Amino acid sequence: MPKITSIEELRKLREKVQEEMTTRTETGTTIIVGMGTCGIAAGARETMRAILEELKARNIEAHVTTVGCIGMCAREPLVDIEQAGKPRITYGNITAAMVPRLIEEHLIKGNIVTEWVVGRLPTDQEAR
Amino acid sequence: MTEPIYRADVLVCGGTGCVSSGSLKVMEALRAELERVGLSQEVRVVETGCRGFCAQGPIMVIYPDGIFYCQVKPEDVPIIVEETLLKGRVVERLVYTEPENHASVPLYENIPFYEKQQRVVLRNCGIIDPERIEEYIARGGYEALAKALTTMTPEQVIEEVKASGLRGRGGAGFLTGLKWEFTAKAPGEVKYVVCNADEGDPGAFMDRSILEGDPHSVIEGMIICGYAIGAHEGYIYCRAEYPLAIKRLKLAIQQAEEYGLLGENILGTGFSFHLKIKEGAGAFVCGEETALIASIEGRRGEPRPRPPFPAVQGLWGKPTNNNNVKSYANIPQIILRGAEWFAKIGVPRSPGTAIFALTGKVRHTGLIEVPMGITLREIIFDVGGGILNNKRFKAVQTGGPLGGCLPESGLDLKVDFDSLRQAGAVMGSGGMIVVDEDTCMVEFSKYFLTFATAESCGKCVPCRVGGRRMLELLTKITNGEGTLEDIDKIEAIATGMENGSLCALGQLTPGPLRSALRYFREEFEAHVKEHRCPAKQCTALIQYMIDPNKCTGCGRCRRACPVQVIAGDRRMIHVINQAGCIKCGTCYEVCPFDAVVKVSGETIPVPETPIPVGTFKPVEAQA
Repeated sequence: MPKITSIEELRKLREKVQEEMTTRTETGTTIIVGMGTCGIAAGARETMRAILEELKARNIEAHVTTVGCIGMCAREPLVDIEQAGKPRITYGNITAAMVPRLIEEHLIKGNIVTEWVVGRLPTDQEAR
Repeated sequence: MTEPIYRADVLVCGGTGCVSSGSLKVMEALRAELERVGLSQEVRVVETGCRGFCAQGPIMVIYPDGIFYCQVKPEDVPIIVEETLLKGRVVERLVYTEPENHASVPLYENIPFYEKQQRVVLRNCGIIDPERIEEYIARGGYEALAKALTTMTPEQVIEEVKASGLRGRGGAGFLTGLKWEFTAKAPGEVKYVVCNADEGDPGAFMDRSILEGDPHSVIEGMIICGYAIGAHEGYIYCRAEYPLAIKRLKLAIQQAEEYGLLGENILGTGFSFHLKIKEGAGAFVCGEETALIASIEGRRGEPRPRPPFPAVQGLWGKPTNNNNVKSYANIPQIILRGAEWFAKIGVPRSPGTAIFALTGKVRHTGLIEVPMGITLREIIFDVGGGILNNKRFKAVQTGGPLGGCLPESGLDLKVDFDSLRQAGAVMGSGGMIVVDEDTCMVEFSKYFLTFATAESCGKCVPCRVGGRRMLELLTKITNGEGTLEDIDKIEAIATGMENGSLCALGQLTPGPLRSALRYFREEFEAHVKEHRCPAKQCTALIQYMIDPNKCTGCGRCRRACPVQVIAGDRRMIHVINQAGCIKCGTCYEVCPFDAVVKVSGETIPVPETPIPVGTFKPVEAQA
C-alpha cells in the first residue's frame, strides 16, 4: 500500500473508497453482522455462519461484513441488510435458526420481517 | 328473482399460488363472517384467477375503493369485515407496501432508545468494519490529523482543545487542554502519550466498545496529542481481559503504519509518532495513572504521591500526558469541527457528550451516548425504557465501585461533572447500574466494597486495613449480627480512608457505602435492629416457609429440595425444616401454587409437622 504523503492524497483515497462502497451498495447486497463482544456473547458468530451457509445453499451473491457495537447490546445479534439502493435495515435478536426465514423474506421476496425489525439507518439525503 | 345490489365486491385470488397459501380458507372465513354480521346480501365475494403476485398471496382486492390487501390469513377476516367493509377504514398492516418504500420502518433516530442520544464519539461504531482502515477514512478519518499537522501549530492545537472545554472522560474531569499544556510546557526533549484503556469497573464497557468498534478514532487522537505536546512515542495500556480490543488495535496500528498515517514521517510532514500496546495483568489499581505508569515500566502496579504529576514527571521520569480512551476519541471531531461546535453540546461547564454503559434492571441495556446535562430520569426511563417487569426503581449506581448511588429523589439530577459531585455521586468513567425494589442496598454496597478491597494494592495502611475492616463490619450486618455501633465505626473508617489513602482507589472505596447509608439508612437499621432485610435478599435474614392455607400437598418442593429438608406426603401440608434449609430458593421457584413465601424479620404460622391439607388452624384459633 503506497504511503499517503499529503492531505490531497488522503482526500483522494477517501473519495475512492466512498465510491467503491457506494457502488457496492447500489448494485449488490450487503449483510452486516454486529461483532463486538456483546454480539459474540449473544451468538453472532453462529448467526454469521448460518448466513454464509444459507447464501451458499441458495447461490446468492452478497457481501458479508462485520461491525462493532452500535449500542443496542440487548438486541444482539444484530443483522443489517443493505440492498441495491435501498436503506439499510437492522434486525435484532437474530439467532442462527432465524436466518433462513430472514434471507427468504427479505432478500428473495422483498418483504421486511416487521416483527424482527429494529430500525433503519438514514440514507445520505436523510442524514443530518 | 332480482339480483341483490352489492355495495362492495371482495375479490380473492383463487389461483394455484394463493390457494396453496390458504386463500380458499380465507374465502370460507369471509363468507361465514359476512353471513354472521348480516352483510351477505351487500358484499359479494368473488374468486378470481391468478394476478401474478404469488409471493404476496393470499391476495384480496376490495372494490369500489380498490384496496389491496396481501398475505391475508383467515384470522384477519373479522378485522377486515369490521374495519373495511363496515367502517370503511383501511387495515394498514395488510396493505401492500412497496419494498422500495421502507418508510414504514422507523429511522434509528426515531426509536426511543436513540431519540435522545447524540452519537459523536460513537459515530462509527456499528457502522464501519473496524478491521478496515479504508472505511474509517471514508467517514472522514485522519482528516483531523492532516489538518492539525499541515495547517496548525502545536500551540494552536492545544488552544483548540482548551477552548472546547473538554474535560477528562476517565472520571476526574480535569480540563484536557490544560493537561496537554502542562505537558507541552514541561522541560525535556523526550515526552510520552499514554492512553488509559484499563477500564476496570465491573459493568463498564464503554472503552472496550470504542476500541473494538472504532480503534482509529483513539489512534488519531493520540497522534494529534503527540504533535501538540512534542511527544514521538505513545502507549495504549489495555487490560488483557479485552483480547478482541487488543486484536483490533494491533490490526489498526499496522494498517495505519502501512498508509503512512502512523510511524516515521507521517503524511510526509516530518512528524514521527510510534504507538505500542502494553497489556494489563488483571489489577484494577492499574487504572490509577501512576500505578499504570509503574506497570508500563515493568514495576508492580502501585501508585505514588502526586505532585509531581505525570505531566511533569511520568513514564520513566519524563513528561507524560495520560488520558482515557474516550478523551482521545473526542479529539479528531474537535479539531475537525472546531472548539465552538463542541462547546455548544451539553452544558457550559461540562461540554460535549457522555457515554454510559447502561446496565441492570432496565429494558434497553446497552451503550448510550447522550449530551451532558440530560437528567438521570431521561436516561433510565426514556432511553433505557424504564424498569424491567414493571418493578419499581430503587437506585442507580454511577461511577462503578468507586462511585455512589442515587435514589428516586435524585432522578431529576442533570448528568454532568459538577451536579453529580454535589449530590455525593460520581460521574466516573460511565458505568451506570440500575437496581429495582428487589435489590438489598446493604448487599449491593457490600458487592462493591468486596471488589475494591480485593483490588487494594496494599501500599498504604488506610486502604489496606481500612477496607478490610469495613468489609468485616458490613458482613456482620448482612449476617444479622451487626450493631448500631458498627454503623458508626464504618463511617469513622470511611473518613479515615477518604483522608489518608494514597490514591483514589482508597479514597473512593467508601463511596458506594457512604451513599447507601445516606439515602437508605433505614434499610441498614432494619438489618441491625429488626434482623430484617426489607428486600428479602440477605440469606442470613430470610426464611422460606410454606403457607399452610395454599399448600395442596403436591410434593413438588419436597422432590426438588437439594438437601431434602421438606417433610410431607401426598395431600399433606408440607413443612420446611429451617435448621437444615440452605436458602437456595428452589422450592420457591418450583411451587405451582405460590405457596412458598419468603419472609424476613417475621414468620407465618405453620404446623410443626405435616398434617392433612385443610386441617391447619393457627394456635390462637385453637385455644
